[in-house]
Amino acid sequence: GRILIPYSTFNFYKEYLFGFETLVFQVHGVWPLPQQLHQSADRGCLSPQRFSFTYGRDSAAQTGCSVLDAAFKRYFSIIFPDFTKGSENRLQYVWSEPQPFVVSVSVKTGGCDGYPDEDSDESYNLSVSEGQAVLRSVTVWGALRGLESFSQLVYQDDYGSYFINKTEIVDFPRFAFRGLLLDTSRHYLPLHAILKTLDAMAYSKFNVFHWHIVDDPSFPYQSRTFPDLSNKGAFHPFTHIYTQSDVMRVIEHARMRGIRVVPEFDSPGHTQSWGKGQPGLLTPCYKGGVPSGSFGPVDPTIDTTYKFMESLLKEVKFVFPDSYVHLGGDEVSFACWQSNPNVRKFMEKMGFGKDFTKLESFYMESIMNMTAALNRTSIVWQDVFDYHERIPQDTVLEIWKGEKYQAELSRMTQAGHRVLLSAPWYINHISYGQDWRNSYAVQPQNFSGTEEQKKLVIGGEVAMWGEYVDATNLTPRLWPRACAAAERLWSNEEKTLNADLAFPRLEEFRCELLRRGIQAEPLFVGHCKHEYDGL
Amino acid sequence: MYCLLKLAPLFLAVAVCNGWLFGDFVGKQKEQDEISLWPLPQKFQSSAVAFKLSPASFQIVHAKQSSAGPSCGLLENAFRRYFEYIFGDLKKSEKSRKKVYDSDLVELQVWVTSADPECDGFPSLQTDESYELSIDEPSAVLKAANVWGALRGLETFSQLVYEDYYGVNKINKTDISDFPRFAHRGILLDSSRHFLPLKVILANLEAMAMNKFNVFHWHIVDDQSFPYMSRTFPELSQKGAYHPFTHVYTPSDVKMVIEFARMRGIRVIPEFDTPGHTESWGNGIKDLLTPCYSGSSPSGTFGPVNPILNSSYDFMTQFFKEISTVFPDAYIHLGGDEVDFRCWESNPDIQKFMAQQGFGTDYSKLESFYIQRLLDIVAATKKGYMVWQEVFDNGVKLKADTQIHVWKGRPQYQDEMGQVTAAGFRALLSTPWYLNRISYGQDWVNIYKADPQNFTGTDAQKKLVIGGEACLWGEYVDATNLTPRLWPRASAVAERLWSDKSVTDVGNAYNRLVQHRCRMVKRGIPAEPLFVGHCRQEYKGL
Repeated sequence: GRILIPYSTFNFYKEYLFGFETLVFQVHGVWPLPQQLHQSADRGCLSPQRFSFTYGRDSAAQTGCSVLDAAFKRYFSIIFPDFTKGSENRLQYVWSEPQPFVVSVSVKTGGCDGYPDEDSDESYNLSVSEGQAVLRSVTVWGALRGLESFSQLVYQDDYGSYFINKTEIVDFPRFAFRGLLLDTSRHYLPLHAILKTLDAMAYSKFNVFHWHIVDDPSFPYQSRTFPDLSNKGAFHPFTHIYTQSDVMRVIEHARMRGIRVVPEFDSPGHTQSWGKGQPGLLTPCYKGGVPSGSFGPVDPTIDTTYKFMESLLKEVKFVFPDSYVHLGGDEVSFACWQSNPNVRKFMEKMGFGKDFTKLESFYMESIMNMTAALNRTSIVWQDVFDYHERIPQDTVLEIWKGEKYQAELSRMTQAGHRVLLSAPWYINHISYGQDWRNSYAVQPQNFSGTEEQKKLVIGGEVAMWGEYVDATNLTPRLWPRACAAAERLWSNEEKTLNADLAFPRLEEFRCELLRRGIQAEPLFVGHCKHEYDGL
Repeated sequence: MYCLLKLAPLFLAVAVCNGWLFGDFVGKQKEQDEISLWPLPQKFQSSAVAFKLSPASFQIVHAKQSSAGPSCGLLENAFRRYFEYIFGDLKKSEKSRKKVYDSDLVELQVWVTSADPECDGFPSLQTDESYELSIDEPSAVLKAANVWGALRGLETFSQLVYEDYYGVNKINKTDISDFPRFAHRGILLDSSRHFLPLKVILANLEAMAMNKFNVFHWHIVDDQSFPYMSRTFPELSQKGAYHPFTHVYTPSDVKMVIEFARMRGIRVIPEFDTPGHTESWGNGIKDLLTPCYSGSSPSGTFGPVNPILNSSYDFMTQFFKEISTVFPDAYIHLGGDEVDFRCWESNPDIQKFMAQQGFGTDYSKLESFYIQRLLDIVAATKKGYMVWQEVFDNGVKLKADTQIHVWKGRPQYQDEMGQVTAAGFRALLSTPWYLNRISYGQDWVNIYKADPQNFTGTDAQKKLVIGGEACLWGEYVDATNLTPRLWPRASAVAERLWSDKSVTDVGNAYNRLVQHRCRMVKRGIPAEPLFVGHCRQEYKGL
């Protein structure tokens, strides 16, 4: 119905609006762009009082479905922020009674209490017509994606009324693995910063949180089996750690949003902080025939190392439900191994000669086999492939080195491995201006190889390494820059090649993120109706 | 002042009395607890003798001899602010005063020595900001000529206090004699490319005071929007702001910024940049801008202020009359940069005027013609002015006390500084301090290394350098990312402009700056990290 502004204290405002604003057909983008989207200029009005989500009669999930019940509640607040904020200037409908609007959600399979995984079907169909929307999906995870799209279709006009245009969407992700890496070792990230990031990930349809939880500088993960790791390896043993319940909370918060949590326990390098709580784990470095007091990578020559790693990985399997574990394996410096006489003796015994990559391979292979025995899939950084030919076939390789990543994609897929691309999306690297355009221009399947090879690219990850990032600047540095990769990983590439066409949609989406409380930085000059009101 | 309370740091009693539990951790803490003054005072002497400060008994008071007393609201507010910075959000409790131990520091006496403490005044370019601080039992004494020096000394005092392993506040026996190297130490914020909510501006004034900055250069309007609500010409913001109600600074907002800044010894210098950078002005003021022509007809677009109409000058006269009363500072920044001549060239009326004036086709003469008249208009309001370097480069006749603001990278800013001062004008440097330009890694090092007096010239020329400004232009910056982008990078500029010329050791600066940034975080400012590491109290916002 036609809506009038209340005849009230807002008279002045009304006159102003009538004087200068004109109604135009607004474009309401969805980010990332759905595979098929048809919108018409016909629009219907939504009234928060008469709006509801329901489960379709044929839906396998019904009331009591934890994931969707919570999603309905969440999206109601997202769609009607003024309603839930209790805005004083509630608009009155003068000419007509508000019409009901029902969003009916039907999923084919239940699985409300499960976790999303690499095979989860995230496709959905959404049909918005007068007074109703029908959302159909195979899984609850697909339904979550559809609810997100639905929420982005709703808009407010200048009088504050809510509208949605007639729309048909058929949508599914281009890649199954759409990840974002946070590094909680170089700087500790408070739990609420991680949860906030998960919220924003869901808005952009990311589905994997790659938690680079420990590294050289600190070990904030509080292990059940080895509490000394964080007691001695965290920046602070109480204020700068993730307790088991913190980790549970992250996993559950992510699950509710259809996001997998893949932890990374990077070894044998990047483990300085491990050594503090686990004496004997790291290789003692030697100087002039005596131990120098400093330590190198994990010591791959002693049995205790493997026993420790097995216990740790068992715990990881127990704590993290995802079937993938990231084992790292990058940037191992050989200088310390070379200096250590025991390591040299071991090399001789094994017949490795002076080739320390063989020692490294020996270690990684043991760890990967351990992981496989625990029924988990390993992800490793590209280094492992680069120095090691005999990698278990189902290991996923992640490309991070900037130069010539296309050639690396070719080589890895030719060897039959599944691959994740991260190299062009190291967005901790900042520069002046609109660098999101570089992220957007990436074409993950543009390398020489067969169709079969292209299919082995299972997705990619945005990486926000923590050298220069903590809770003070994480969110504006991530968003909306990560959104560029989100669209590349979800949407049809041919429909989204032009960054200039994407720009207005991304600007609008950035303002939507602000409205939802995500501190997303501006793309360029301009303003949002609802500016960020924090610091 | 509600913001003040919001920014008051959360004081979390760190429960690490059991330091013995974590042998390694004690070592780490020790590093943290080293005193880290920023910017480094001119003269500093400290001993290992330490005194305790108890929130129950410690007081900041007016010295008996001081010309300022309880009626000095500026100092009273500062006492409360710094008490909270030192002890966290604890309320001073008069009743439960504990026994005073021998080693306690019971009070800081603030002694303002001039007959006029300037409690109700405004800081100026001539303000004496020097102070002397002597910390000894039972009282510490802060001596300054006026409240402005006292404010700087209070900041230093608060930075001297540290927590020991048991969470006890301590301060070492110390003597400091301090004064700024440069009189003008500024931050430029741009509220036109993006609107900056009031609380972001106030928070940054707070951070400025922590770094002893003393000028807020408010680049308040520009092409993109006109958020300044003018009393004389309300249509400027009604039609030129991003939104006429939510994206404007009302007169009371402006007043609040000025007062909040004054309380922290910070001058507010507004910039109303003309004749270029004025697109948004044209929305509200008909005929102010030059109509551009495409061929022989107006194209519908507009260029710089139209310099050939008397109405332009009438407008400027009234407008700057208002500005001169709204902003108390003795200086106004008049801009004058980046004037694009293409629109003027296209306009037949301007061409005719050029011919009449005998300017030929040299449009910089037309620009000078405009600026000259504008300067006369502003001079009539008894204000001094600052201008961007182009005005000097183009040879406009300037009053001797004009301040030339150097911002261009080419020619080398050192050459420009030499030329400006050789011509006898006072110079301000910003070129190496465009902090909106970001890159990966520790770019504060180059910011820190730049020196405004590093150019070839006589001592007299060097003395004409009154300071510099860190600029955070707004193309890619708004409330979401402004504060972490500015701090602690601007702190590098702060030390360059305050501390002695010889303070250039980057390694030493790094260690102090790491702790200074944690201090800002503790005080509620989301200053970003310099590198890997942690603060005892991480940022609690979001």
